[in-house]
Amino acid sequence: MSDYKAQDYKFGQPRWCPGCGDHAFLGALHKAMSEIGVAPHEIAVISGIGCSSRLPYYMNTYGFHTIHGRAAAIATGAKVANPNLTVWQVSGDGDGLAIGGNHFIHAVRRNIDLNMILLNNRIYGLTKGQYSPTSVRGFVSKSSPYGTVEDPFRPAELCFGARGNFFARCVATDMGAAVECLKAAAKHKGASVTEVLQNCVIFNNGTHDSIYTKEGRAKNAIYLKHGSPMLFGENLEFGLAQEGFGLKVVKIGENSVTENDILVHDAHCSDPTLHLKLALMEGPDFPVALGVIRDVEAPTYNDSVHAQVDEVKAKKPYHTFAELLETNEIWEIK
Amino acid sequence: MTEQKKTLALDQVIVRFSGDSGDGMQLAGNIFSTISATVGNDICTFPDYPADIRAPQGVLTGVSGFQVHVGANKVMTPGDKCDVLIAMNPAALKTQYKYCKPNAAIIIDTDSFTAKDLEKAEFKTDDPVAELGITCEVVPCPITSMCLETLKDSGLDNKSIVRCKNMLALGLVCWLFDRDLSLAEGMLRTKFAKKPEIAEANIKVLRAGYDMGHNTHTSISHTYSIDSKHKEKGRYMDINGNKATAYGLIAAAEKAGMQLFLGSYPITPATDILHELAKHKSLNVVTMQAEDEIAGCASAVGAAYAGALACTSTSGPGICLKSEAMNLAVITELPLVIIDVQRGGPSTGLPTKSEQTDLLQALFGRNGESPMPVIAATSPTDCFDAAYMACKIAVEHMTPVILLSDAFIANGSAAWKLPDLNNYPSITPNYVTAEMAEGWSPYKRDPETLVRYWAVPGTPGFTHRIGGLEKSNATGAISNDPENHHLMVKQRAEKISRIANCIPELEVEGEKDADLLIVGFGGTYGHLYEAMQQMNNNGKKVALAHFKYINPLPRNTKEVLCRYKKVVVAEQNMGQFAAYLRMQIEGVKLYQHNEVKGQPFNVATLVESFTKIMEE
Repeated sequence: MSDYKAQDYKFGQPRWCPGCGDHAFLGALHKAMSEIGVAPHEIAVISGIGCSSRLPYYMNTYGFHTIHGRAAAIATGAKVANPNLTVWQVSGDGDGLAIGGNHFIHAVRRNIDLNMILLNNRIYGLTKGQYSPTSVRGFVSKSSPYGTVEDPFRPAELCFGARGNFFARCVATDMGAAVECLKAAAKHKGASVTEVLQNCVIFNNGTHDSIYTKEGRAKNAIYLKHGSPMLFGENLEFGLAQEGFGLKVVKIGENSVTENDILVHDAHCSDPTLHLKLALMEGPDFPVALGVIRDVEAPTYNDSVHAQVDEVKAKKPYHTFAELLETNEIWEIK
Repeated sequence: MTEQKKTLALDQVIVRFSGDSGDGMQLAGNIFSTISATVGNDICTFPDYPADIRAPQGVLTGVSGFQVHVGANKVMTPGDKCDVLIAMNPAALKTQYKYCKPNAAIIIDTDSFTAKDLEKAEFKTDDPVAELGITCEVVPCPITSMCLETLKDSGLDNKSIVRCKNMLALGLVCWLFDRDLSLAEGMLRTKFAKKPEIAEANIKVLRAGYDMGHNTHTSISHTYSIDSKHKEKGRYMDINGNKATAYGLIAAAEKAGMQLFLGSYPITPATDILHELAKHKSLNVVTMQAEDEIAGCASAVGAAYAGALACTSTSGPGICLKSEAMNLAVITELPLVIIDVQRGGPSTGLPTKSEQTDLLQALFGRNGESPMPVIAATSPTDCFDAAYMACKIAVEHMTPVILLSDAFIANGSAAWKLPDLNNYPSITPNYVTAEMAEGWSPYKRDPETLVRYWAVPGTPGFTHRIGGLEKSNATGAISNDPENHHLMVKQRAEKISRIANCIPELEVEGEKDADLLIVGFGGTYGHLYEAMQQMNNNGKKVALAHFKYINPLPRNTKEVLCRYKKVVVAEQNMGQFAAYLRMQIEGVKLYQHNEVKGQPFNVATLVESFTKIMEE
């Protein structure tokens, strides 16, 4: 049991718009941290630029609100230099996937032990409403008055393309599931990516409408849980089954389908093929996958860096600057 | 026979090795420099290599040169022109001849002067010496065939044998300057420790080269000897600027008791700093090759935030990319050392050549009012002290610091007296103490230095939030208050200017009542010093004030510059330091000497230019 309450992680008064999904997510993060139980002074929350990147100002931890897109790189340096810190990195879709796309994929590839939060509202809010790299094709915004003519990133695809070992997805206002995702992300050793689907009431209201309410999620989402069958629907009457190399939605009891035909979620499977298929599901034909989709153990960058330092320390005979000098060709003038 | 040869005692000599970039001229030059230093001579080297890794064999653009100045007394530069040139092929002869003194000796590998070789080097006749109008002594040596002959029973294939020809040239030069081969042999055995058969082949060829000279197959009229005089007693090693920089960072981290972190991205001519530090994990050094220049700096900012002695190394194009993250360290007042090994610009420019053209970028190349200390290392060995001081200022004053080096001092080497860290000043981070916790905020400052106190994440009782947004001086919360912003701007600037209290005053060398004061900064020190010395020897009253600390300037800068009738600022850019001095010292009148050629200054040209200014 943790010694901490959600209150212990709260700081200040959030300044986001009323109704912004960030409020709800912040509450989930406070709660998750209290349940994880790492002391506030041992946590660093590092963000980039954008609405959601103001988050560290509302945390009673060490906080670093940095520059646009660079949070993952800055968090990487912090974690490598001080591996005892628990590092959370918070970005929005523009910060993390547009200007910070390169740092995002490399942090994931290195598998540095960061809890990376991607708050995805498919819009640039702080600059007042331009399309983002996750906006759907044809999206009309101030910078795309006739609709965008480009396809969006799908964050899970980017994560798996960068050999990511942890990917979870939750809805900002779905407190219970969000807390579970964040706890699993924190527990995972290595880079964890949690995509938080979040509404922007001002510039992109309703972008995640089909799954933003409890009722919507009952119809249009599936909660994946490691070891459990992939069932969904208001009465769990639907399930996911394999068809060829793909997935199909089946109804229990129809066409003699039983629960035995339903796939059981294996988040720990090292092959990401099925994880990707699950993560890419979308309506109206498929439910949106929520929960921990992939959670695979692999060596972390920070552990490997320091293990190598220890290994070389044990092997090499010089450990001080004075000893280092002696490894050179030296001559003496008498 | 050798008995017939005269041995001339010299005070100094300049030797230039040149050949294809794959010919091993850098190695031959390095070994010659080190063995010369080992016997007590002073050395200063200048590797001058092309940007191509291996240009097509024998072409003019692929020539790699290595110049070393060996002296009985102190030598400050690699020298303007050489006394001996080794040209391994016609392309080398053609491109390097201009670096020869009129009475120089040129040793050529006659085996590489076939019609085909001459054509590759774009000669029009079959007599390259006449075609170039060479008047100095040319010494033809069958270097390649001697090499093949020496190793015919070695069992090595022809290609491997020919690769040893640089050692034949080195052997010959060692004979010419009366150098002991055993030192060179030891170095080769160390270098090829994992391939003893290659080491022995190289040594055999080295000896053959020496014997070739000794047995008078060469037509040189005399050999030379260089005495060792007045050299300070002590233990020495040969070191180039990049290695000295890396060593300075390691020494500073050890002195401060901090974890050293380098975030970097490969870029010529700075990459060797990353290479050097990556080797020394046994000293608790953590290096990270980042995904780009931005992440190199950003990861260092993150490491600094987390409590490390954080550094990032790059060259000018990398500074462009790092500027934003550097500025984050300015506003959050985190310690960070940014090393800029300057090269020719703009843009990709001349990656392997040297300039001082990043000065104004270092001083002013960021958005907003962004004061940052700038230190410029003055020689290969000074890179150690400059890096050490950059770390000390960064950590003790909670600020990013730019350390300017350049391709010339980064690659050039000199004999370095091993430092004793006990003689170096302490480095004390301005950490918070437990009793400060009550009412603490991140921008509480030491009233004297204006340095904020550092609460490293992980410290109980000091959780706080910093960032790139302007903060309230009192509470550390985000603030758009106009008066607060003005105050913060002034405090950040004042904090940097007060560093002037912690750096040495500007020293003037040379004639006390000089008619002309030469002013320079950074890597040109050796050349400017030699120019001053030559002019003083010729009865001209000249002094030199060379700057290492650029921002803030030493406290006595104005007083020094206003003391002289004429002041000339000599720099390898179009007048950036002169412009900065004019900005800092109202009304100061400065002459300028500016050259932007990617090459080190030429002492003779400097003397001529300064003399003209004196006569004006």
